[in-house]
Amino acid sequence: MSDQGVTGQGPSGLYLFFYKTKKSLKTPMPYLAFVGIGLWLLTYFLLNEYWKVFPFYKLPGPVEVVTEWISSDPIWGTSLFTEDYYINIWVSCRRIFFSFVLATGLGVPLGLFMGWSRKFKDYTFPVLETLRPIPILAWVPLAIVMFAGFETPIIFLATLASFFVTALNTMLGVESIDESYFRAAGCLGSKRRHVFIHVVVPGSLPFIFTGLQISIGVGWFSLVAAEMISGDFGLGYMIMASYMVNKYTTMVMAMLTLGFVGWITSAMVRAAGNRMMQWREKALGQGGA
Amino acid sequence: MNTASAPSVPNPLAGAMTTGAISIRNVTKVYDPGGVNVLAVEDCSLEIAPGEVCMIVGPSGCGKTTLLNAIAGFHSITSGQIDLDGEMLCGPSKPLADQGADRVVVFQNGALFPWKTLVDNVAYGPVVQGTMTKTEARDKAVEMLVEAGLSNVAGKYPGEVSSGMARRAEIVRALINNPKVLLLDEPYRAMDGLTKSIMHESLLEVYDRTKVTIFFITHDLEEAIFLGDRVIVMTTRPARTKKIVDVKIERPRDYRLLSSEEFRVLVEETKEAVHEEAVKAFEAGERELA
Repeated sequence: MSDQGVTGQGPSGLYLFFYKTKKSLKTPMPYLAFVGIGLWLLTYFLLNEYWKVFPFYKLPGPVEVVTEWISSDPIWGTSLFTEDYYINIWVSCRRIFFSFVLATGLGVPLGLFMGWSRKFKDYTFPVLETLRPIPILAWVPLAIVMFAGFETPIIFLATLASFFVTALNTMLGVESIDESYFRAAGCLGSKRRHVFIHVVVPGSLPFIFTGLQISIGVGWFSLVAAEMISGDFGLGYMIMASYMVNKYTTMVMAMLTLGFVGWITSAMVRAAGNRMMQWREKALGQGGA
Repeated sequence: MNTASAPSVPNPLAGAMTTGAISIRNVTKVYDPGGVNVLAVEDCSLEIAPGEVCMIVGPSGCGKTTLLNAIAGFHSITSGQIDLDGEMLCGPSKPLADQGADRVVVFQNGALFPWKTLVDNVAYGPVVQGTMTKTEARDKAVEMLVEAGLSNVAGKYPGEVSSGMARRAEIVRALINNPKVLLLDEPYRAMDGLTKSIMHESLLEVYDRTKVTIFFITHDLEEAIFLGDRVIVMTTRPARTKKIVDVKIERPRDYRLLSSEEFRVLVEETKEAVHEEAVKAFEAGERELA
């Protein structure tokens, strides 16, 4: 017997994507997003260029920033048309990628074992809780002492921040799993490793992905902080370097770029989570738990 | 009809069964949350014949589930012994029974894995026990789900189907392991009357086909009499058997039974015993709070 005929019959693949896009255009969501951004830009414009309210008039205005951003011959040397803009984005993204992969690769297994084994938690939790509240900025000198060059200390700092968030959320994820799933697995003849693979891991995924979304955000915070203090490229470096030489327009441009890139990375994590937790999406889509 | 420790089960089909006999002897369970001893079950004895449908009723929190947890291996017992087919599950030397697929539990709120489709849920047991390959288990699971009238939803996740269908699939997930005993802990509690009656008929259908021993906890007396060979009325905490009602109604049973005189008499008889205990439990509860 095959699965054909027993699986769901709705649209799938590309059709499902079109269907969803079409449906979402019928909701107010995308329009409200535009209105929101528009209102924000308008407020910025009014405060900064029109009414010139203190302290906002000290900022570079939206018109000025956008003109510089899309200029093929930027006054301050950086725009969508210059190479160094992309180098900075690329370098930051590469660092985030490495640190996110490292933090996830270390944090998820650690959290899973902490949630799963009481004994393991007793060993590790006090250490984790002691190190976790130390702000990333406090680690900067140590990172510079420990690692040579620009790249390793920055990746270390971004990894560290993400790691704690991921480990903690994963642990809470395991602890959130209803006891009856463990019991069900037990009375169906599972060995310990089956329980781990079939209950602990999938059951904690919702928490893990909540954690990963926060972790990638925290990763950006600490990355930029690290790049501002010690760096040669990257968006954080771009912000700091522009500030040093009074290129405020470029600075605001870098900040907005950072926000936008950060948003995209979070959305990617969210999409990956939804893909791995179809059971949850489908249940939610039906108005279930 | 009254309290008896060694019952002769009036199930005409019981003679054909050789496995699934549960023997509960002088079982006591003491919990000590925060250092205060709570006697959940005291000196409880009960013999369940192979292939019997044994219904356990009693006031809320009386220790029925404690008994089920001891048989399933979720909780230890303090003293006494529980055997399955003459082999000790738990006893003086081993207070906690091993969990195993010969005694599968169907849970009060349902415990299908929400991250697996119904097919994969059902196929889970044989795969982890290593008795079937993944493909064999899935084929068998689909076959059994079709048999249970779940062919349309077999590929769906539990969150996508109704609670009735989910519960039915959970029973299929138990049966694929050929368990000796099915342990049900108020599985239909949260359901409306109509769904419940459909669930009862499908459980009876399953029972008539498999003749598996059923240990079924419920608050619903009509459910108890309709499904059971015997109804065990438990006392309020600490739980002991207060009264055993033999249900000598022939199988297969169907819904016409509910309006028969014979059925109503049995319900009345059970209700009296349960009511007495419920009042005691309620008053005990009030005193504790005051």
